[in-house]
Amino acid sequence: MDLDFTPGQEALRADAREWLAAHVPRRPLPSLETAEGFAAHRAWEAELSAGRWSVVSWPREFGGRGADIFGWLAFEEEYYAAGAPGRVSQNGINLLAPTLFDHGTEEQRARVLPSMASGEVIWAQAWSEPEAGSDLASLRSRAVRTDGGWLLRGQKTWSSRAAFADRAFGIFRTDPAAAKAHHGLTYVMFDLRAPGVTVRPIGRLDGRPAFAELFLDDVFVPDADVIGEVGNGWRIAMSTTGNERGLMLRSPGRFLASAERLVRLWRERGADPALRERVADAAIGARAYQLFTYAHASRFAAGGRIGAESSLNKVFWSEYDVALHETALELLGAEGEAADGEWAEGYVFSLAGPIYAGTNEIQRDIIAERLLGLPKGRR
Amino acid sequence: MRFLLDAEQAEFGRTLDRMLGAADTPSAVRAWACGDHGPGRSLWARLGEAGMFALAVPETYEGVGPLPVELAVAYVEAGRHAIPGPVVETAAVATLLAELPDPGRAKEWLPRIASGEALATLVAAPGKGSGGGFASGPYALDADAADAVFVASGDELRLATGHGPLRPSADPARRLFAPEGGTVVARGSAIRAAVGRATELAALLTAAQALGVGLELLRRTVEYVKRREQFGVPVGSFQAVKHRLADALIGLEFTRPLLFGAALSKSPVDVAAAKTAAGDAAYTAARTALQLHGAVGYTEELDLSLWLRKARPLRDAWGTPAACRARVVRPQSAPEVT
Repeated sequence: MDLDFTPGQEALRADAREWLAAHVPRRPLPSLETAEGFAAHRAWEAELSAGRWSVVSWPREFGGRGADIFGWLAFEEEYYAAGAPGRVSQNGINLLAPTLFDHGTEEQRARVLPSMASGEVIWAQAWSEPEAGSDLASLRSRAVRTDGGWLLRGQKTWSSRAAFADRAFGIFRTDPAAAKAHHGLTYVMFDLRAPGVTVRPIGRLDGRPAFAELFLDDVFVPDADVIGEVGNGWRIAMSTTGNERGLMLRSPGRFLASAERLVRLWRERGADPALRERVADAAIGARAYQLFTYAHASRFAAGGRIGAESSLNKVFWSEYDVALHETALELLGAEGEAADGEWAEGYVFSLAGPIYAGTNEIQRDIIAERLLGLPKGRR
Repeated sequence: MRFLLDAEQAEFGRTLDRMLGAADTPSAVRAWACGDHGPGRSLWARLGEAGMFALAVPETYEGVGPLPVELAVAYVEAGRHAIPGPVVETAAVATLLAELPDPGRAKEWLPRIASGEALATLVAAPGKGSGGGFASGPYALDADAADAVFVASGDELRLATGHGPLRPSADPARRLFAPEGGTVVARGSAIRAAVGRATELAALLTAAQALGVGLELLRRTVEYVKRREQFGVPVGSFQAVKHRLADALIGLEFTRPLLFGAALSKSPVDVAAAKTAAGDAAYTAARTALQLHGAVGYTEELDLSLWLRKARPLRDAWGTPAACRARVVRPQSAPEVT
């Protein structure tokens, strides 16, 4: 048992630190939930990619560095410690790319991954529907067979990044007669600017269009953009949400950096003893999350799989993130009301955490049923 | 990096678990609470044979330690099986005596501690700058059963000659006594540093014990809610019940890496983090266990009480949550003083 990085991983860390110190914008970019900020974040993705830092864990042929999971974790620690911008490509890199590596074809990987790595194509996710949220398998949007492909018909919602993104991925019902709700679903990629797509941005709590509704009216998807077998979309999507809830969506580096900023803020504001315990909890939580992730990464590296344990992770980080930002706002006092600060925006963003990627209620059901072995009941 | 127990470490934990699982520890705990130390001491002898205490004792004194990771593994099992007696204090005394400039006391006590034959207990309130924060209370745990009662304060280590009357604890199996009298065993600035390190180990192993207590409370409660039926179904099928148990598991599973991380890094900040998390997680598990058992959980007759009553004292022993959190963040970014 050890906590040591290899010389190779340490070298990657040192290179990343050096590159980031020279390239991270001195001032924070405008919010990525605005047209201007989205463009600035896209340009940052291009800069990262030019330095070969946008997808360190991917193979070199697709723009990566072939870093193993610990190299990736070390990079992420450096990335957030350097105060680098949020990743507008996150949906693609963390959700779609792992799916393509596991279930896509050579042709799909060669076509989709390089432009994802460079930020040229930004991906949005299209899972939820107005009547299918936590009960995602009840989704109704159809993909209907046509010559050379499929026609998408229906409505998706809460599609993160879709207000400004280029393409989207999601699951659609290809066999309405299938015996069970989660059978007969198919995983597809589609163009958000294709004929028949209407994108209606939705303002989140702070009014910014962080997500959108998608109206799909016979949107053509070629067979080449179906991932995996027709009818197998549920299983493929669940392997993606495993990644989403698991190691990929929130790397520990992010919370370590936030906790450090919080400790600094606390000290700058006079180290109020009344808030000391909450600041300490932020530091403890970041360390716990880092070490928990190291343990999971070790299991993963030893050939283990990450299953329902990823639900522990999702509930932990999403609640941690809200608590950390609440503490920051209290430290700011009455000034915390101002909505244009980094902490204020981080707070609004954190509030979505317990809801997306499977609500924390669904995650607790999964923990109770699959990890503790409790009987299924009514939700 | 391989931040996982290796096969041997994991097997050591399973071996202790099997041995203790077959040993009727609840009876030994109940006897201990009445002042009958016989069954408890024979558990200690078996733990000694299995090598648990030798992990805290250096090779010079017939031990194999100090091995903090293996100790953490063992003390999680001690918590899961509610082992009575000053398990944490004995290990802390072992590291303390091993560091004294004069090896006399170490030679006298350590081989007997390693074998599980000698029980030792410790009262220590390290001052500022020497592990401040990881303090015992004013009482010597299980002084009536201990073969040696050490008292450390400032630069001085004493061996108590007696103790006051029993002061009941919230956990009857933890027997509290004020140490009395004593002869000075060692004195000097080196003592302060040694006490600091001994109390860090005490905090780490109390965290391990608390984690074990929490895991057992959760295990027993999960079994209970699967069996217990109301409204014609197991109460464990209700979401309100499931979600409390899920939260208890999250607390415990995020404590585990902090515990082993602290055992590896030996950083006092990591120890303080592990102690805080373990205390909170075990206490949450205890409240959950009590609530989900309902009225029967509120009885001393049910064996659950043996673990239930440990959660609160272990949360405060060798570093209260407030003291540990204060250790984690300091008003100025000053280096740790040891």
